[in-house]
Amino acid sequence: MTVDTTLAPGAVRKRRSRSATSLTRSSGLGLGIALTWFSLLVLIPLALVVIQSVDGGWATFRDTVTSPQTAAALRLTVTQAFVVTLVNVVMGTLIAWVLVRDQFPGKRLLEVIIDIPFALPTIVAGLVLLSLYGPQSPIGINVANTERSVFLALLFVTLPFVVRTVEPVLQELDLEVEEAAASLGASRFTTLRRILLPALAPAITAGAALSFARGISEYGSLVLLSGNLPMKTEVASVRIMSYIENGNAAAAASVATILLVVALAAIVVLQVLSSVVARRG
Amino acid sequence: MASRVTQPTTTGTQIRRAIVVAYLVLLVAWPVSLVVLKTFEGGLTNLQTAFADPSVVFALQMTVYVAVWAVAINTVFGVGISLLLVRYDFPGRGVLSALIDLPLSVSPVVVGLALLLAYGGSEGMFGPTLESAGLQVAFAPAGMIMATAFVSLPLVIRELVPVLHEIGTEQEQAATSLGARPWQTFWRITLPSIRWALVYGVVLSLARSLGEFGAVKIVSGNVAEQTQTATLVVEQKYQDFEQGSAYATSFLLAAIAVAALVVVTVLRPKENLDGD
Repeated sequence: MTVDTTLAPGAVRKRRSRSATSLTRSSGLGLGIALTWFSLLVLIPLALVVIQSVDGGWATFRDTVTSPQTAAALRLTVTQAFVVTLVNVVMGTLIAWVLVRDQFPGKRLLEVIIDIPFALPTIVAGLVLLSLYGPQSPIGINVANTERSVFLALLFVTLPFVVRTVEPVLQELDLEVEEAAASLGASRFTTLRRILLPALAPAITAGAALSFARGISEYGSLVLLSGNLPMKTEVASVRIMSYIENGNAAAAASVATILLVVALAAIVVLQVLSSVVARRG
Repeated sequence: MASRVTQPTTTGTQIRRAIVVAYLVLLVAWPVSLVVLKTFEGGLTNLQTAFADPSVVFALQMTVYVAVWAVAINTVFGVGISLLLVRYDFPGRGVLSALIDLPLSVSPVVVGLALLLAYGGSEGMFGPTLESAGLQVAFAPAGMIMATAFVSLPLVIRELVPVLHEIGTEQEQAATSLGARPWQTFWRITLPSIRWALVYGVVLSLARSLGEFGAVKIVSGNVAEQTQTATLVVEQKYQDFEQGSAYATSFLLAAIAVAALVVVTVLRPKENLDGD
């Protein structure tokens, strides 16, 4: 319910009447104002980041991203975000399944729990995880200042994405199709692979893309939890932050540009994957 | 959704249920409850200490100020752009629709950097011009509002667009044909039908805005009692070993965000997914 209800356009949605009209004078003016604000707030500043990264020539860019500390940070960020996204694909789909198909007391509470990571300020999320998995852990698990703390923090903040994209699609899905498949002799596994997976694929990949993009860009929840140890638990966002604090805008912009490119690439790759799975069903 | 056939409880169902519950308890419920416990460890002392601290009080006021402005801007912009995207045809609509989601994939730290590059006082692209005109953006509330508006920008739009598609334009056309002016049509027809989606989007934006950390940290300069918001105070108090205040402030932020979400989830009427 939070993160998305807008999947790929036209995925499940019925459109009653699609009567878009061309712009009138007042709506044209509105569009002009909206575009100006959007450009001033989002497009121009982001473009400046990309420009800044190559402003001092390619050498600055190359030196920055190949410096051992920054390369390690980028590697850690992408790897952890990737692993977390895989876990989310499995667990998120399972959670959505249980929430939609299962009935038991306390289910409403689970619904609220799913949204907590989204509502919680990221710095508070770090503090929250530190209380159970930090030095004063009541169960004796201390991941603070290790690589696992990055994994844990990303897992927490990305929890709602796959659940909330898969849930509405699962609700729309007709149980009869599965029953028909079963009555025609399909095993549970075949039904899962041939019926459910293709139907859910666009939603799962949309959720995975959001989860990965959020994962590689995470900052707040890691500040207190991971200790930001260079070469060990330092992620890309923290690298950017320290470049900014040292007044090295070009280097900060270089790392930022890499993050932007990786996020965009992930979204494109997942879109392609999704359409392949959906077609093969 | 309500009228789902309940499936028989098999071993598989129970295993799945147990895995999901255990996962959510270990990852979310238990850690969150520990923070609540720690906040109230010595009764109300932590909350009292926090509220007696002028920097905490200032930061909370600053957070509310910034969040309210950012949400107001996003609401007006969100309603406008959603109507334009759904109801009108113009070149580049597809591209704009894709770009709107961009802020969700951008790291808050990159947002901060981007805004500094554009509005920084000495080296920013527009910064010096604006400052000579008397408007300081970076290291001032204006910049903090922009950073917050940036990160929560798509939330209202993502709630509104599907609903606007769903309700269609028949009623609006009927109103217009009966002589309603565009504003009347909007207030009497469109707004009431997107009401819940709008409320939900606003609450999500508010939760996100109250909790913004990275982008605001960079743009604000993080100066206590001048440009420090509540999330920045949490970090500082924790690192200064004033953990009581850190927990109390965290608790407050979390309580507001979660309460808002719960209230809206409960109030929002369930859409009738089966009927049509």
